[in-house]
Amino acid sequence: MQLKFNDKQNAFRQEVRAWLAENVPAEPLQSYDTREGFEEHREWEGKLYESRLSMVMWPEHLGGRGCDLIEWLIFEEEYYAAGAPMRVNQNGQLLLGPTLMEFGTEAQKRHFLPRIASSQDMWAQGWSEPDAGSDMAAIRSRATREGNELVINGQKTWSTRAIFADWVFGLFRTDPDSKRHHGLSYLMVPLDAPGVTIRPIKALNGKEAFAEVFFDDVRVPVTNCIGDMGQGWAVAMATAGFERGLLLRSPARFQQTAKRLVALYRQYARDYGDHNGLRDTVIESWMGAEAYAQAAYHTVGLIEKGASIGAESSINKIIWSELDLKMHEAAMEMLGAYGELRAGAPEAVDGGSWLEGFLFAQAGPIYAGTNEIQRNIIAERMLGLPRV
Amino acid sequence: MDFTFTEDQLAFKEAISRFLMTEAPPEMLRDIWETEDGRSPELRRKIAEQGLMALSVPEEQGGLGMDDIAWSLLTQELGYYAIPDSMADTAYVAAGLLRALPDGTTGREDMLTRVADGSIRIAISHSINPLVADVHLADKIIVEHQGAIHLVSREQAGYERNESIDSSRRLSKISVTPTADSQIAAADTGAAIWEQTLNRGALAVAGQSLGLAQRMLDLSVDYAVQRKQFGKPIGSFQAVKHKLADVVSGIEFAKPTLYRAAYALANNDARADLYVSHAKLASCEAAWVAARHGIQVHGAMGYTWEADLQMFMKRAWALNASWGTRDFHRQRIADDILADDAQIGPRYTFGE
Repeated sequence: MQLKFNDKQNAFRQEVRAWLAENVPAEPLQSYDTREGFEEHREWEGKLYESRLSMVMWPEHLGGRGCDLIEWLIFEEEYYAAGAPMRVNQNGQLLLGPTLMEFGTEAQKRHFLPRIASSQDMWAQGWSEPDAGSDMAAIRSRATREGNELVINGQKTWSTRAIFADWVFGLFRTDPDSKRHHGLSYLMVPLDAPGVTIRPIKALNGKEAFAEVFFDDVRVPVTNCIGDMGQGWAVAMATAGFERGLLLRSPARFQQTAKRLVALYRQYARDYGDHNGLRDTVIESWMGAEAYAQAAYHTVGLIEKGASIGAESSINKIIWSELDLKMHEAAMEMLGAYGELRAGAPEAVDGGSWLEGFLFAQAGPIYAGTNEIQRNIIAERMLGLPRV
Repeated sequence: MDFTFTEDQLAFKEAISRFLMTEAPPEMLRDIWETEDGRSPELRRKIAEQGLMALSVPEEQGGLGMDDIAWSLLTQELGYYAIPDSMADTAYVAAGLLRALPDGTTGREDMLTRVADGSIRIAISHSINPLVADVHLADKIIVEHQGAIHLVSREQAGYERNESIDSSRRLSKISVTPTADSQIAAADTGAAIWEQTLNRGALAVAGQSLGLAQRMLDLSVDYAVQRKQFGKPIGSFQAVKHKLADVVSGIEFAKPTLYRAAYALANNDARADLYVSHAKLASCEAAWVAARHGIQVHGAMGYTWEADLQMFMKRAWALNASWGTRDFHRQRIADDILADDAQIGPRYTFGE
């Protein structure tokens, strides 16, 4: 155990910090749940890419820097400490990217990966269906092979920012006689293909943050399948842990929120005095974020030594989503009657950002596998409790 | 940057676990509970034979010179097996204090030598703990008095035993009149040593609490798999699964804080108080939740004397306020992170 960064790591930190100080927009970008904001974020991703900072862990020939996980944590710390924009293309960068690296053909990798790193292509997910939410193996959308093409019919839903995105990836049933997790294939579909209809769904914040995607005889070449036909479930599961786990929501994000919460609390205690024990909630928030950061360094250290993480990533997902909720609830309590004010309201505190975060935090325990599913995974795979 | 243990450290933990598994099964602990002194000289002798008393003692005094990180592993095992002995008070907390005293301080080298060979039992009286563990068997008592360090024998201290719900804890209220003769270090040297000692005491509690939490989890999982209702193991029901999953989360997110705190202590980190209080709170909370959910999963069996769960549950409850209440440790965290110039946020996980 040696908890000091080496010279190379410190130099990398300084470089990232300097770059961000120079480049992070002074005014926050518009919400990426709007068309304009989405394009502003795409432009920001392009800027990161030009400095090889969009995907620091990816190899150099894909526009990355070949960073290890410790350096990635350092990057994330600097990124969130600098208040840089939210990452708009995480579906592509954190989910599809690693899947392509592990299962893609050379041609798929060459074509898609650089475009993901630069966000030239923006990706939406196509997992959930109206009758396949937590029970993802109930997927019914099908793809029928005709020569060198697949003809897709069906419906996906809860597809984040699909009305703005360029492509969708997801699981489709390619064997009509198959059941559950058999006979599924992992496909990539351009969202401007004939037969694709996208109907936005307004989220809690009133923005078109996700969408239903309808497929009506949509044709894609069979080369848009990742991994073998019929092996989609295994391909999806191999990388599902990435989303639940560390990469999607790195600790730095929550440490930054905890820091802002401390500042909010200090102001609150000065203005009103703390009469209802909010101090303890603030302390617990700091503890939770810090514990997540320490756990991340511990896990990353184990991975660098060759360990692989499995069900453990379910713990991370529960921890960060419930911590996020707790912190934003505390903030709402401190804001009192100002808490309900939306961005743009003249009296809104911090530009209404706590409310926006509070709304988004409601989704945390639901997306990327509900926390109930995560608790099942922990109980069954880590503790060996019977499935029945 | 490497926040993991070496193969040697993990082997050390594994060896201790195997040793205690054989030497301190629950049936034996129950026998020890029934004794007047509540301690087994036999077990203490075996622990010393394994060299565990000598871990923190410098090599010059016949010890192994190991640091707080080793103790973060050992204390978890002491908790897991609910060892009914305050050996960590002598071998970790007291040894650390003695080590920190200037060379030649009255009794220092002699006591360190005796800690290492297992021939002395030292109790520690610190104002944060109104009652003191194992005074009734102590050869020496180290007493905190307004920052100064005093050393007295059991005969010099009046004590009255107080029974704890955890039969593994043997507590006494002591009355000592500190004198110039009993003082071995004045407050100017003593204050900093006491601060470090308090941190070691709290860290030892944190480590034991985590071990207790893990044991209660294991017992509960065993029970949930074996106990059937409605024709199925109760562990197949989500209401039970989710409780136990929360116990896992509590333990897994307390562990790194324990190691972070141990590292801070071993390296004289200026923010050791912060990290130790975090570890203490997180670990005691993990044990508290493991007890709460453990008894629920055990159903009525959890409320019996017969089920082993009680031995670990009571110890977790008892240790919760030892070496600082939740309130005390929260205040220490508040003093750090709510300060004007607090170093908090994503860049400060390991200090800048």
